[in-house]
Amino acid sequence: MSSLKRMKNRNLPTHIILILVCVVMIYPIVWWLGASLKTNAEMSLPGIFPNDPQWSNYVKGWTAIPDYSFTRFFTNTFIIELFSVAGSVASASLVAFGFARISFKYSKLWFALLMLTMMIPSQVIVIPQYVMFFNLDWINTYLPIIVPHFFGGGGFFVFLLVQFIRSIPRELDESAKIDGCTTFGIYYRIIMPLVKPALVTVAIYSFLWTWDDFFQQLLYINSVEKFTVGLALRLFMDSQSTVEWGQMLSMSLLSIIPSVIVFFLAQKQFIEGIATTGLKG
Amino acid sequence: MKSYANITGYLFISPFLFGFFLLTLYPALQSLYFSFTDYSLLEAGSWVGTDNYTRMFTADPNFAKSLGITFTYVIFAVPLKLLFALLVAIVLNKQIKGMSFYRTIMYLPSLIGGSIAVAVLWKNIFGAEGFISKLLALIGIENMSLVTNPDTALSTLVLLQAWQFGSAMIIFLAGLKQIPKELYEASAVDGASKVRQFFSVTLTMLSPVILFNLILGLIGSFQMFTQAFIITKGGPLKSTYMYALYLYEKAFGAFQMGYASALAWVLLLIIAAATALNFAISKYWVFYESEGGK
Repeated sequence: MSSLKRMKNRNLPTHIILILVCVVMIYPIVWWLGASLKTNAEMSLPGIFPNDPQWSNYVKGWTAIPDYSFTRFFTNTFIIELFSVAGSVASASLVAFGFARISFKYSKLWFALLMLTMMIPSQVIVIPQYVMFFNLDWINTYLPIIVPHFFGGGGFFVFLLVQFIRSIPRELDESAKIDGCTTFGIYYRIIMPLVKPALVTVAIYSFLWTWDDFFQQLLYINSVEKFTVGLALRLFMDSQSTVEWGQMLSMSLLSIIPSVIVFFLAQKQFIEGIATTGLKG
Repeated sequence: MKSYANITGYLFISPFLFGFFLLTLYPALQSLYFSFTDYSLLEAGSWVGTDNYTRMFTADPNFAKSLGITFTYVIFAVPLKLLFALLVAIVLNKQIKGMSFYRTIMYLPSLIGGSIAVAVLWKNIFGAEGFISKLLALIGIENMSLVTNPDTALSTLVLLQAWQFGSAMIIFLAGLKQIPKELYEASAVDGASKVRQFFSVTLTMLSPVILFNLILGLIGSFQMFTQAFIITKGGPLKSTYMYALYLYEKAFGAFQMGYASALAWVLLLIIAAATALNFAISKYWVFYESEGGK
């Protein structure tokens, strides 16, 4: 009993430091919650929550952009998400299976090249890509954003899945083969069910990165009816002479909710994903 | 049998192969070619030799300006973020109660930090009417909007980057867990103090992870775009005119694709040089166990 107490006391300063850091970290977010319910005049008052919360900020903000409401912008973003996530998971798992399970000529070289592509700053390839999509007449469609996800989904995802697949004993493949399973059957029936947690990780990251990939959206989408939530927020901010901060902040707060929900539903996979591959969150 | 494996192997990785040739290698080579032309999207360019590069270094004040700002940003933001991440990771690594709760809270800013939403929030917090300026007014600094002041605008962006130390922290935590307990026990037997242990065990064993986070941070920060684009639009007085922002304006504002491609290749070379430099310096401070410490 007394030793337990002593341990608690020893940890007390650590807890105080951690709580202080947490307060500093979380303060802008709490302030954000409060500010989304304030009027412009109250914005700079010291209190976090206003006396008279303006829930109307959410209602008015939702339809603040003429002609299209945020229902449209969220729907648009989810359409992009659906295809991007599906493309990443399907193609990255195929590629990863190829690298992890099949020994073919030059596989090491290709894998090294795959890793190397992660190092190239996007600025170097974005201009010719834009020109290519321009010539294909894909500007102002979602294709330039969605289609690249079907081509391996990026080195990070393949690397993550390769690590997972390599940890599965090869004997499983061998016995499936003896039972007459094809290579694709081994991929689809044996390996994929076993790496489900890793596939979830890939899906989560693909979702979050697509959600935040403002640059691609900015480049390729230019009519308001096709805007994503991010583009709509920017339009919201730039189009008004007097910024309605309460409405802006309430809409931007809503825009992070999908990511936060995804994070809390799959926190474990999330943290593991970062820890095992050094992915950037 | 062997050729069958070759065919299936290549079939499985074919999505990557198509992507690599069509969406990476070909565009990269094309952009290298563009950088020696005066190509604009609307008219075919002609070969101008190294003109774009000469112009950059001799006759383009925006190039030098944006490069300088980007370097300042990187030099402050990356170490600050890593320092926070490392300190908090070390504290969290002491088997304490509620560790996963703290970890979640501290990770949250990293989760949302890259979004437009947070840029909007930052613009408000540090703006003229935001609570930071009101706080400063309380201690006697009146009418101080950090975002619209050329002397302080960049520091708000640095702060935003440092605020997102969570993902680096989680990588550090994973690294700390790998350090064998015996090393601490052995050094304690040898009479090493806690401080000594921190430097000779913790930091030494963690050095490869520090290098990893450092390089990851460098690559990301050199390309910083969204936050500057939304919060400050490069201003005031171009004080936050990031290199990626300048490149974007040249390419998609002025449609000077040739010149912008040259800018992109210079960025690639800078990032490659910074990475190579760090690897070169790393042999003086990074400890790799497998090489017996040398």
